[in-house]
Amino acid sequence: MKVSLRIAGTLVVTSLMASAAFAQSGEVNVYTYRETKLIQPLLEAFTGATGIKVNVISASSGLEQRIKSEGTHSPADVLLTVDIGRLEDAVQAGISQPISSPLLDQVIAPQFRDPEAHWYGVSLRARVVYASKDRVTQSAITYEELAEPKWRGKICVRSGQHIYNNALFAAVITKYGVDKSEEWLRGLKANLAQKPSGGDREAARDVAAGKCDLGIGNTYYWALMHDREADKKAWAEATKVILPTFVGGGTHVNLSGVVLAKHAPNKANAMKLIEWLVGEKAQHMYADMNYEYPVRAGIALNPTIAGYGPLTPDPMPIAKIAQNRKAAANLVDKVGFDN
Amino acid sequence: MIALAALALAPLGGLARLAAHSDAEIWAHLAAYVLPPALANTLLLLGGVAAVTAVVGVGTAWIVTAFEFPGRAALIWLLPLPLALPTYIVAYVYVDILDTLGPVQRALRATLGWSAEFLNVRSLGGAVLVMGFVLYPYVYLGARAMFQTQSAATVEMARIFGAGKWRLARDITLPLARPAIAAGLTLALLETLNDIGASEYLGVHTLTLSIFTTWLNRGSLPGAAQIACLMLVAVAALLAVERLGWRRRAFTGLDQQARTPRAVLSRRGRWLATAACLVPVTFGFLVPAGFLASEVVARGLLVGFDSALVRHAATTVALAAVATTLTIAFGFGAAVAVRLVRDPLAAACVATAGLGYALPGTVLALGLLSPVIAVDEAVNALVERIAGRDVGLVIMGSGAAIVVAYVIRFLSIAIGFGQAGFARISHDLDDAARTTGARAAGMIWTIHLPLARPALWGAALLVFVDCLKELPATLLLRPLNVETLSTYVYQFATRGSFEEGALAALLIVAVGIPAVMRMVRYADDALHVAVTSPPEPQR
Repeated sequence: MKVSLRIAGTLVVTSLMASAAFAQSGEVNVYTYRETKLIQPLLEAFTGATGIKVNVISASSGLEQRIKSEGTHSPADVLLTVDIGRLEDAVQAGISQPISSPLLDQVIAPQFRDPEAHWYGVSLRARVVYASKDRVTQSAITYEELAEPKWRGKICVRSGQHIYNNALFAAVITKYGVDKSEEWLRGLKANLAQKPSGGDREAARDVAAGKCDLGIGNTYYWALMHDREADKKAWAEATKVILPTFVGGGTHVNLSGVVLAKHAPNKANAMKLIEWLVGEKAQHMYADMNYEYPVRAGIALNPTIAGYGPLTPDPMPIAKIAQNRKAAANLVDKVGFDN
Repeated sequence: MIALAALALAPLGGLARLAAHSDAEIWAHLAAYVLPPALANTLLLLGGVAAVTAVVGVGTAWIVTAFEFPGRAALIWLLPLPLALPTYIVAYVYVDILDTLGPVQRALRATLGWSAEFLNVRSLGGAVLVMGFVLYPYVYLGARAMFQTQSAATVEMARIFGAGKWRLARDITLPLARPAIAAGLTLALLETLNDIGASEYLGVHTLTLSIFTTWLNRGSLPGAAQIACLMLVAVAALLAVERLGWRRRAFTGLDQQARTPRAVLSRRGRWLATAACLVPVTFGFLVPAGFLASEVVARGLLVGFDSALVRHAATTVALAAVATTLTIAFGFGAAVAVRLVRDPLAAACVATAGLGYALPGTVLALGLLSPVIAVDEAVNALVERIAGRDVGLVIMGSGAAIVVAYVIRFLSIAIGFGQAGFARISHDLDDAARTTGARAAGMIWTIHLPLARPALWGAALLVFVDCLKELPATLLLRPLNVETLSTYVYQFATRGSFEEGALAALLIVAVGIPAVMRMVRYADDALHVAVTSPPEPQR
């Protein structure tokens, strides 16, 4: 116990010294909803290019609350999220400040940024259908169709309250309003083969197992299973990715985005990082390593992702979707989607 | 004691602050659609886990204390090991193994032509079994410590009057161990209530999950905090009822004579005993740990060893060691104090101090944010005035906030074990010591602590291992660039590829195993000393 106490003591002292050092130049502090491992290569490349050290903390919820509580002494410079909802939460919590960057405004389409410039998207992912290669012949599908009786008992999906489904349902509400969306969601619920559970990979797993014909998942999961995960390759190979569209519209996309913290102690470095993230090198890395769609135009897609066919994001502003998140969550409760 | 209660109340205060905004609209919605199914799921889950952990925990503890059988020496320390595995990881493992495309169903289809869909782990039944087999050690450890210290004289007396081993168990052994079993069961159920990862993945929508969806999706942090408060009140009420139940009775059955010798079983009985203990060890530990080990090999995680893991392991152990020391000191201190003072206010303070465990980890962390940062601000202002330097947020920035969270969260383990341990020591002993002129301090040192040492080590083990695998509070409260083994595993799991974190998950186990072995041995040695050499009261 004595030894561990000494270790702990050393730890406390070093982190104290480290925390005192945060205020100095040459650093930037990143709070992220994106797992450290995933963004580490990006951040290391940034440090390599600029010499600015990046300190990171990652979590799956509550970072806005933490930054808000930390107040004026918060070390947070930049908040990275994987979902539009968290971007909006950050703005609501009052922990953001407007980002003023002509470069960002030039590179990122207005649809993928906050009109007030409190957040910008840095990469996109689409919510799509993993369809059984054996049992599904059609090669195109609409989101509207997912609620039609022809798919009764044939669809698998994770919890309706998961942020990715929440955003998809919010997009449906943005398109059709609450009442029509309720009807749609009831239809989708009736089409489920089983109670929602698991994650996006399980959607493919269950289609491969023959439990259902269609799974709903994000674009990058399928690519990861197909290219990188030998033990799950069979699940991907039993399915094909179809990019669904809204009738007369495009595919639902979600954003991973960036927020500049209100009391950012290293604001200049934070701006360098934010602008670097939408630069060509970082955008290539998002595409190749994370299997996402770059937010910047003219960046080559990863070949597996390109294999899904051309993506046409639905033109609705992402900020509008964020406003309907609560309504979507309530609908999920009301129709008993997860029960 | 009041300070201890205040410490535990800090996050509750923070929580109350979050809850102190009325949100009537959300409540109509929650009451109509969310809470009824969530409550039903939660009660079914708790009932199931209670049944599994009680049967497995008490049963195995009784078998290893009462009987001699092959493999007993190893099983004694294998039985607590499921504790070292994060529940959600075990859930992932079993889905992988038992799902339609998993090896088990594949083999059944190939050999017997069965489509064994009943093996679906993504169900309420699956969640009950997974959590039951991971959490039974809480009951096992408490029950075993009590069975061991049971008076040989009582047992002998019962035997002389013709009680067989079953009657002995039913009428003597079990009732005397009830406080410890109840304490262990409480911990297992609160752990169940704290879980999010496993229940979400297995598709069981519990109250705890509804706290999160209310906060993050329904956009109502006050509503979420209010559900958490209600849950806390319900738990506190149940705990109070349980305490009242056993406080009126005497459970002091401990004396200074040698332990009951373990009964020798028939040949068949011996192997049955071995098998009965092997089942929970296999399902709770060997299968999931074996799966993780095979992933480590298959993915070359040892060859491509991530050297940062060494640092993370050191951080994890250091945080857990400091937090365990503090928790045990506070918890047993409180338990002793309640015994000596015999004052309802003190008892109430101690009961309050134990409430931290009834809060889901993330809620605890959220509640802690504002009080911890308020202290940080004060420290910073003070240092600025004295030294003219801005030191920023010292507690948050140093990881001390994590230790605070661990202590608050796991205090009830130490208090529960402490009180259950002390309840076994007759107040006559105190009175006898007092008549010989012993002071309180001497009495605690020479009588209470030695006699309660098995309970103390049991509690220390639980707290230490719980700290090793604690996730939600660590995640939200840790300083920049700091990872523990469990946050490291988690970042793979959130991305749906927990197998990449297999090595780190096994490291948690590897750190946990020596702790388990050492503490099991210490507990036994301590017991040996306690029962063979009567303590000398100070004169």
